[in-house]
Amino acid sequence: MSDAFFYIFATLTLASAILVVANRNAVNSAVFMIVSFLGMASLFVLLEAYFLAVIQVLVYAGAVIVLFLFIIMLLDVKGGDRQKFRPVTAIATLAAAALLFTGVGVLYQAPSLAVAPPADPGVGASLKDFGALLFTRYLLPMQVTGFLLLIAMIGVIVLSKRFDASKQGPTA
Amino acid sequence: MDWLDLLIRVALGLVVISVVMGVCMYSVLAERKVSAWIQGRVGPNRTSLPIIAAIPVVGRFLTRLGIFQPLADGGKFLFKEDVIPAHVNKIYFVLAPIIAFVPALVTISVVPFGQYFDAAGAVKTLILANVDVGLLFIFAFASLGVYALVLSGWASNSKYPFLGGVRASAQLVSYELAMGLAVLPVFIWINGPGASGSLSLVRIVEAQHNWWFVLTQPLSALVFVIALFAETNRLPFDMPESETDLVGGYHTEYSSFKFGFFFVGEYANMTVGACVITLVFFGGWHPLPGFDWIEVAGMTGWAWLATGIPGALIAFATFAAKVVFFLFFFIWVRWTVPRFRYDQVMSIGWRRLLPLAIANLIVCALGIAAIDRFL
Repeated sequence: MSDAFFYIFATLTLASAILVVANRNAVNSAVFMIVSFLGMASLFVLLEAYFLAVIQVLVYAGAVIVLFLFIIMLLDVKGGDRQKFRPVTAIATLAAAALLFTGVGVLYQAPSLAVAPPADPGVGASLKDFGALLFTRYLLPMQVTGFLLLIAMIGVIVLSKRFDASKQGPTA
Repeated sequence: MDWLDLLIRVALGLVVISVVMGVCMYSVLAERKVSAWIQGRVGPNRTSLPIIAAIPVVGRFLTRLGIFQPLADGGKFLFKEDVIPAHVNKIYFVLAPIIAFVPALVTISVVPFGQYFDAAGAVKTLILANVDVGLLFIFAFASLGVYALVLSGWASNSKYPFLGGVRASAQLVSYELAMGLAVLPVFIWINGPGASGSLSLVRIVEAQHNWWFVLTQPLSALVFVIALFAETNRLPFDMPESETDLVGGYHTEYSSFKFGFFFVGEYANMTVGACVITLVFFGGWHPLPGFDWIEVAGMTGWAWLATGIPGALIAFATFAAKVVFFLFFFIWVRWTVPRFRYDQVMSIGWRRLLPLAIANLIVCALGIAAIDRFL
């Protein structure tokens, strides 16, 4: 039963993820992205990670895509012409794909994955333990992630504001 | 799970949905009656059914009360011509009213309606699905409701709906933050040291058997209620609709049954919102703050009141009375406070409500830590 659900939701997630990229219309892409996120949340539910599932819907499907749609609607993005093919794109794509497959391969063969889930059964079952672990054992990864987000945010501000050295203050 | 169990669950789900639909229909009537009352009018008082209206005193009274009006309204939505304008994106145009309606019905499944003791003394909860992440589940699915407004605004392919859709996306995301931050102190209190972690709505109500959270954390309740008005698009925050400057906002191009879906969806969201305020801040099914009536009843020999069917009925009646009061409160505010300007909505959300919610969170966290340490 659970297996059947896994295949249904995995197919849904992957199919809509492909449609996000393949669609010419930006609004269609955003809507398929919602479907893809909902499929992913369903997969989390099958893994009994209810908290992650709910957060996935709340943050990504419920808030992030709304902002995407807001921008798409505000700028009135049209499908436009297909980007001209450049060799650099192909090289970058190949490099990224190679990196991804190597990473997955290494992870798959790594001994750490073969180890059974954490010994104490309470972990993950209770939200409180989840929070406590996040702020004790996994504090460093969490802070690094937070820092990455901060860097991304500053990057967006710098890119969108286009600071000009010759002028005083930012120009729009 | 055998078939009988599944059948019972489906039946219970249908019962809850029909009750919520009934509440929605009569909320519409209440909206019209209360607005009439506030503005010194009479409100709907003509619609009647042939046989019932012929009963001497009662029939006339019910007709004047407008009790049959929802039937006429529903029939009107069903039988009017359903126009799909030529310039719309048909798929999203049809999809949007459904999205307006479904999340509200999904979220009602995790709302507990009451609690009682069965004959063996065990606690039973009246709830469709007791999910451990109850409140977050409601927030998550309620946040999907915004797509109804955004997609209908975009798919209608005309000026006013489009403006409504853009406003909706900005407003709903802005107020979600304040709303989430407002309930965090409640969770901190419930999951204090020594308690096992849970975000379940049942646990939140059980923690209020003595003092309601509105009394211990009034600021959280205030921020939450304001954010809830914004999230349900009720006046003074009905920016996406604002009929005086956007004609009808996101549903300008909709007619007949599709418009009905938007209309009922708004009231379904309101009903869920009223349930959530009642559960999180106003003690759920506990009738009075300050004392635990079940304990008092147990001491004075009235314990049978809290067990079995009487217990369930009292708990449900208490809960329902509070929900009805909050539905009235929603309507009352709508006909009392004028609409904000759009820039005021953004300013209230980001520059008043969000800092207030963060400050409230810090103060409450310090307070709870102090209570935990010194008391």
